[in-house]
Amino acid sequence: MVQVATPKPVFAPWDDPTLAPLIQFKNVTKRFGDFVAIDDMTIDIYEREFFALLGPSGCGKTTMMRMLAGFERPTEGKIFLGGQDIDAIPPNRRSVNMMFQSYALFPHLSVWDNIAFGLRRQKLPKDAISDRVNEMLRLTRLSKFAHRKPHQISGGQRQRVALARSLARAPKLLLLDEPLGALDKKLRQETQFELMDIQEKTGTTFVIVTHDQEEAMTVASRVAVMDEGVMVQVDTPARIYEAPNSVYVADFIGDVNIIEGRATQTDENVHIVWAEGQPNIVGTATDASFGVGDAVHFAIRPEKVSISAEKPADTPNAFEGKILDIAYLGNISTYYVKMPSGQTIKAQTANTRRLSRRDFTWDDSVWVSFTTTAGVCLKG
Amino acid sequence: MRRFALISVPYIWLLALFLVPFLIVIKISLSDTVISIPPYAPTLTFSEGWGGIVAFFKGLDFETFEFLMSDDLYWKAYLSSLKIASIATFMTLLVGYPIAYGMTRAAPEWRPTLLMLVILPFWTSFLIRVYAWMGILGQEGLVNQALLWLGLIDQPLVILNTPTAVYIGIVYTYLPFMILPIYSALEKLDDSLLEAAEDLGCSKLSAFWLVTWPLSRNGIIAGCFLVFIPTLGEFVIPSLLGGSQTLMIGKVLWEEFFSNRDWPVASAVAVILLLILIIPIVLFQRNEQKQREAEG
Repeated sequence: MVQVATPKPVFAPWDDPTLAPLIQFKNVTKRFGDFVAIDDMTIDIYEREFFALLGPSGCGKTTMMRMLAGFERPTEGKIFLGGQDIDAIPPNRRSVNMMFQSYALFPHLSVWDNIAFGLRRQKLPKDAISDRVNEMLRLTRLSKFAHRKPHQISGGQRQRVALARSLARAPKLLLLDEPLGALDKKLRQETQFELMDIQEKTGTTFVIVTHDQEEAMTVASRVAVMDEGVMVQVDTPARIYEAPNSVYVADFIGDVNIIEGRATQTDENVHIVWAEGQPNIVGTATDASFGVGDAVHFAIRPEKVSISAEKPADTPNAFEGKILDIAYLGNISTYYVKMPSGQTIKAQTANTRRLSRRDFTWDDSVWVSFTTTAGVCLKG
Repeated sequence: MRRFALISVPYIWLLALFLVPFLIVIKISLSDTVISIPPYAPTLTFSEGWGGIVAFFKGLDFETFEFLMSDDLYWKAYLSSLKIASIATFMTLLVGYPIAYGMTRAAPEWRPTLLMLVILPFWTSFLIRVYAWMGILGQEGLVNQALLWLGLIDQPLVILNTPTAVYIGIVYTYLPFMILPIYSALEKLDDSLLEAAEDLGCSKLSAFWLVTWPLSRNGIIAGCFLVFIPTLGEFVIPSLLGGSQTLMIGKVLWEEFFSNRDWPVASAVAVILLLILIIPIVLFQRNEQKQREAEG
């Protein structure tokens, strides 16, 4: 490979029209009886991506993954892997491997034999199998446990065996079904970085199913937020968080204030009437265009709302209220400020200093404020 | 002390119901046949004091065991029993495994019903069920009538009073003992293991041989022992269905007791049968133990 002396470009194959996607869903619908699990889905996933399917249980994310693995077939539409229609290819002949939620390690085989299982089916020579297994053991730091049985190792180690086993055949695509669900929080965070590291080292395309939004945001290059068989938004974690395209996405990812109102004036900013006796909220119009009188959901993240004793002068978005509740979370504090009109706005401040007297307490009258670009105006 | 008292209960139970009768059987096997009641001598009497006890032990000898060695009927009966029990166990496995497998593949709401159907025969007397097979397999029996009616045969087949009838009877009688342990092993099998095997390049058939079969092995071993051990000493089935052609040690034992009234020889036959059975029983216990360790 030739090293080009330009700064490393941002990894964004979905913006490059010359690249062919590795996976293509074309109008895929999957029904189980009357239940529509996947509803007319079209999506491209690119090579080397770490693609996260995020959604509540029953949203169709596992069905999508099982269709990629070959355990389910689409009712309508086609799925392409590397340009090839994979409908007729059975699971054992796809260059796709899956890491199961339950890990599905073979209890009667040692760690070594579990990892070698897929390689033996490829009828590789003995030395090649042994080399590959040892490489996988090193990659997942399991060399010491090669001869243990799955019930003789810890949950975290089992998870790594499952990963090593699914990576051993060097699949084009690796599917991970809630891979970290069984691990405790600390181990899960460590493993997330391990996963990203392994993904980068092997260059495999990963599709991960998760219901943990933090996990999706941490590991993924793109996140697809799903609801009832539909992908509501597919975007980078930052854009999903900062520019959600709907109230559903804004609400699903992270903490958010949703203020309902009506547009009164729509120039470069949208002015929103939201409560009697309160000044209008001035927000930047996003992709959605609003006419006068349209319903607007104004979404703003609590950490973008500041709280002060005096009315700030530099923004039109300043509202007075009373502190209803304070949630101290250690690193941050969330203030629940009640407006005279009844809505509660959450404002977050980082606790940057230790042992400082808190500025505000319950029932204090305070001003909450935010800049005109801090929130997004959404249709619904 | 209390712990000792608690543990002693099962041991006293074993002592009273297994060890004491077994010692009596051993004692009889070492006695001589006489025409009296009971039909063996010597008998232990305490009225004559120490001298009587010494005389009693002097009266015991290994004559019956020597007799068993010298007469090839007994060896042949043991070997024939081992052969029949082994073949019948294997046939029961061949029939039982697909049934157990099919039961675990059935819809979950059907499984209790299917289990019920497997256990249902136990609700009627074993003897009556074997008699029923005599009606089914006989010259005028249902099987022959059906085959004649279908035109597959012109002459009724001789099934009853042949080894074939014994095998049919054993497979039928002991099938639940084979199905239940295999079913319980297969039921625990996680479906995602089979999906994982397929995902890693197995066809459905090789996934069965590489995952399902080894994981049901403990059930298979348990089922085989549960069939093999009682079949080895089986008496009712060979005597009712096997006729005079089938030589099995259980039948020999019965004839020694009730036809010949030779209790010492019959007891010796029973003692040797037990010694032969100890090997598979110990192996069975070890298998169970290993399984418990693997699960625990």
